[in-house]
Amino acid sequence: MGAIWVIAETNADGSLARSAAEAATLARSLAAASGREARGLVVSVDPGRAGGELAAYLGRVVTVTEPGAADHAWAVIAAERAAGLLGDDPSAIVLLSASPDGRDLAGTLSALTPLGVLANATAVTWDGRVAVEMSTFGGKLTTTSGFTGDGGIITLRPNAVTAEPAAARGVVEAAAAGAAPALPRVTIAERVAEASAALPIEEARVIVSGGRGVGGPEGFDLVGELAALLGGAVGASRAAVDAGWIPYARQIGQTGKIVKPQLYLALGISGAIQHKVGMQTAETIIAVNRDPDAPIAAFADLLVVGDLFEVVPAVVRALQERPG
Amino acid sequence: MQIVVLTKPVPDPAAAAERLGLDGRLDRAASPAVVNGNDEYALEAALKIVDALGGEVTLLTMAASGAADTMRKALAMGATRGILVSDEALAGSCIRSTTQVLAAALGGLTFDLVLAGVDTSDGVAGVVPAGIAALLRIPYLGNAARIEPDPASGRVRVRRITPTGYDLLDAPMPALVVCTQVLGEPRYPSLKGIMGARSKEIATRSLADLGLDPSTVGGAVASTAVLDSRRPPARGATRVVRGTPDEGAAEIVALLEARRII
Repeated sequence: MGAIWVIAETNADGSLARSAAEAATLARSLAAASGREARGLVVSVDPGRAGGELAAYLGRVVTVTEPGAADHAWAVIAAERAAGLLGDDPSAIVLLSASPDGRDLAGTLSALTPLGVLANATAVTWDGRVAVEMSTFGGKLTTTSGFTGDGGIITLRPNAVTAEPAAARGVVEAAAAGAAPALPRVTIAERVAEASAALPIEEARVIVSGGRGVGGPEGFDLVGELAALLGGAVGASRAAVDAGWIPYARQIGQTGKIVKPQLYLALGISGAIQHKVGMQTAETIIAVNRDPDAPIAAFADLLVVGDLFEVVPAVVRALQERPG
Repeated sequence: MQIVVLTKPVPDPAAAAERLGLDGRLDRAASPAVVNGNDEYALEAALKIVDALGGEVTLLTMAASGAADTMRKALAMGATRGILVSDEALAGSCIRSTTQVLAAALGGLTFDLVLAGVDTSDGVAGVVPAGIAALLRIPYLGNAARIEPDPASGRVRVRRITPTGYDLLDAPMPALVVCTQVLGEPRYPSLKGIMGARSKEIATRSLADLGLDPSTVGGAVASTAVLDSRRPPARGATRVVRGTPDEGAAEIVALLEARRII
């Protein structure tokens, strides 16, 4: 039977993305249950650092150095290199992050191999074969799916698994890049950073989100202050993004990101269905809203009825005054 | 500019009546179909490009034969024509089959750009477009917030949203671009558009028309299968607190402590 592969994404500084540590932890448990081998793959300009970090989770990590990844879109490059290593083996299992790059990689890799795709897994177990739990139709239905063959590609939602290093470090081996690329590589003419971009919201354990009730871009200073105190990221509802108060990359919901943090703190967000589908699987949901009848009252764990401009500063004070 | 927009009929999310049949496939009779919301954004982006540069927009849909009715709404927005790939053998298709069939249909067309939505509201996978681009060996540009084709140079520039801002991508056409909602709200069909859509062509293509063997694609060779489905567990009751801001804050901090978040 084929190995269980984790194809890792890396952060801008070359370190391992947390999504890869989560996927690797899952790969290890699936490997133990199935008797297969778990392997990691890092494809990047300089894969040494991420490869070393991934070896904390997996017994064997393969690195491929790709100078072209410096100024070309990564996913297609990584897919081609992965396809080269996997070959035509229909029994390989591949774990990817359910991120924009992970989606692109999954689609491309499926086209280059015999492997099907199950996307946005919220849990993966082994019961003689993989069983992949997913949330469909905007959270109205939970499904368990499998592959009809022995292998396939799974994209894993952030925070579906808690990353835990293995007892022993694995080995890292460098592999040659392989054949000349067959797929067109897309040039990145320029990389532009936007000031408000910080921790990606998909990976955050705590998200503090603002909606229409935040009232304007200045209101997000307060949202950001609370997020920083809790070590979290700032999110937003579509209303706040459409109003131009915060960039689209922060939008949570049907038309934005789907997140599963430990804590989702919704400030001035009514919780309409379009927003709910993006955050309803958060472990704890706390809302601050002036309207006790807002839809979020139906699915939050705690709703504080009040003016967020009074309640949030009080929370900030209480957190700062906490001992230890 | 010749632009193909991938569109999919999906169960209307607003109707909230989605369910699976005994075969684990979507029960399409249970829920009215609409054009997938994200596909309307892709169509709007395509219409803006041909409004500015001239050209035609062709819709490409793979669905059951009844989907022509749903496609009319997209034609009413201003698309030129539709192509509906429909074949009984395609019921129950997996992502791989869908990718192969749409790539085969595109292989028979001439285009500068293929535009697709970020994902569909039913499956929410969003992986088909990248697979199509790989099978066609054309450049793939994902997560687009801006699309700037230049017919003179034959190249397209795309702002791709990244976690930290955006990348400016550049590629020769033909190319496939995945459209985010940042590109702009879809227009409402005009009365003239609705009237005109009735007489627009929707060509139907079977697997045989595309030169595909039903034993290699479709439900019979699906690479994935639904094993089980259930309603997600309901969340516990909501605790509602009314009081002073300090009382509300104390409740929040107490819950954060109880759940070991702080």
